[in-house]
Amino acid sequence: MVGLEWYLGVSAMLFVIGVLGVLIRKNAIVVFMCVELMLSAVNISLVAFSSFMGDVHGMILVFFVLCVAAAEACVGLAIVIAIYRNNITADISKINLLRW
Amino acid sequence: MELVSDFLQYLPASIVAAGGLTVMMLDGYKARSRTIYTTTMMFLGVALAFATYDLFYAEDQIIFSGMAGAGGTAAFGTFIVVFGTFFTVILTHDYLVGVKHNFPQVYPMIMFCTFGMIVLATATDLVTVFVGLETMSICLYALAGILKDKRLGVESALKYFIMGAFSTGFFLYGISLLYGATGSTSLEVIGAYTDGGLIYWGGVSLLLVAFMFKISAVPFHMWTPDVYTGSPTTITAYMSTAGKTASFVALVLVLDRALPNVSSELTTMFSVIAVMTMVLGNVVAMVQDNVKRMLAYSSIAHVGYLLVGLAAGTVAGYSAVLFYLLAYTFMNVGAFGVVAYYEKNHDVHFNSVESYAGLGYQKPIMGVLLSIFLFSLAGIPISAGFNAKYLVFSAGIEAGLVGLVIVGVLASAASAYYYLRVMVYLYFREGKENVTLMTPKKVYSFSLVFLAVLTLYFGVVPAGVTELIFGFFSEGGIVEALP
Repeated sequence: MVGLEWYLGVSAMLFVIGVLGVLIRKNAIVVFMCVELMLSAVNISLVAFSSFMGDVHGMILVFFVLCVAAAEACVGLAIVIAIYRNNITADISKINLLRW
Repeated sequence: MELVSDFLQYLPASIVAAGGLTVMMLDGYKARSRTIYTTTMMFLGVALAFATYDLFYAEDQIIFSGMAGAGGTAAFGTFIVVFGTFFTVILTHDYLVGVKHNFPQVYPMIMFCTFGMIVLATATDLVTVFVGLETMSICLYALAGILKDKRLGVESALKYFIMGAFSTGFFLYGISLLYGATGSTSLEVIGAYTDGGLIYWGGVSLLLVAFMFKISAVPFHMWTPDVYTGSPTTITAYMSTAGKTASFVALVLVLDRALPNVSSELTTMFSVIAVMTMVLGNVVAMVQDNVKRMLAYSSIAHVGYLLVGLAAGTVAGYSAVLFYLLAYTFMNVGAFGVVAYYEKNHDVHFNSVESYAGLGYQKPIMGVLLSIFLFSLAGIPISAGFNAKYLVFSAGIEAGLVGLVIVGVLASAASAYYYLRVMVYLYFREGKENVTLMTPKKVYSFSLVFLAVLTLYFGVVPAGVTELIFGFFSEGGIVEALP
């Protein structure tokens, strides 16, 4: 049987990859995918905790997270499309009307 | 039957949600924009009436099987949120008509957002906190970019979205670790847990980092000025008052219920963040020429004052924070309302402080109102802002944070510079070109006058409200912290 720490390790690693991606990547869509990666990492740890404690609350929370991720994807992609139409780019380092 | 009685306890939120759905259907059936606006106001008015009733008569209790609270702090948070929304919608309607972008879709979005805020402010379980926070945030991302052919607006929406989604990740990871450590997401159960450990502390810190993002405290404030400048002005008022109130009430509830054992260990962290937030917010606000951006940095500075109350970690501190949020809602909705009035007859770039030159004499009522709101934001006596600051700082002194309070008072004194600068331009400078202001609509000026009256009223007699707020906490777990 695989121990809880392995699941948590995978989850933490995915989370760190997601965070680094948000901080480093320039394309808005890729940044957005990295945010989704962070949420998936959380789901893994929730399911792991939930199954090891024999408590369903964590698994129910996973469904809420999936739901919210879908809603966020919907609004987020709409915003990216709007900004692409205005600026002809999805590169966030070139979107700099607002500074200081 | 328990479900029905729970819904009755939760009436303001239920009405707002039903109103949002109704307004959305009206839009689907191509109702006139006027009808949609009136329906929205009707629902919000009823919700406001129930929220006021709950504020005075509802008993503090837990509903929906421990997922949400009613009465007490929950009722107070609900009241501020619905109150702020009510006036925001009045101002937003006029503003959007003024800039010729009156989308009827704005109103259902604001209603759903308000529902999320109420859920957030009444949550007693981390799952509810999460759902409320996300309902609020997702609607706010869309509202920030509602003028989708304005590059500034869309850019601010993108920045808000990326930072908001990023902080959501931290928030969820914090919830997950706390759940793993304590075996539950209920705030009460987490509060009873005392073993500590790496997973627990990791969860607590990630949760607090995410909250700092949402309330824009300093190391995590980068999105605030951009989003507040780029969004439509009245939506900015909405975000900075109702949105911030909901997040702050949730933070107070989490600290009070889930982390009562560690609140003494968090004092240092909150003090450091409060000092950074106050200093940076005020210093950068001084060099801003754009009034909206100046108000954005000033809202960061106000978060710093609020954090002084949280750093105190006592009943007095938490009640002072709640009173501050109420006062801040009056004066900030008012200030942004006047800024929106000046802006809506011109273009979006009519926000530099130079373009305000000489406007104070043209429509005297608006100049006087803006002066009242700015005086209150600066914390000059006989205004709600002064009393709010006084309560927060005195709570800090009682908790022994003298150094922190001295920094706060100095920062607050320095803040008078940039608020008064706007007034200097309004009254003592000659305008370069002739700007003619339109006569404001009656509803618009009446609501602003009403907010100004409330600002002055709570500057003179705050006693009733502070006692009401104090009562919310006296039965809670931190009663031994009373002086």
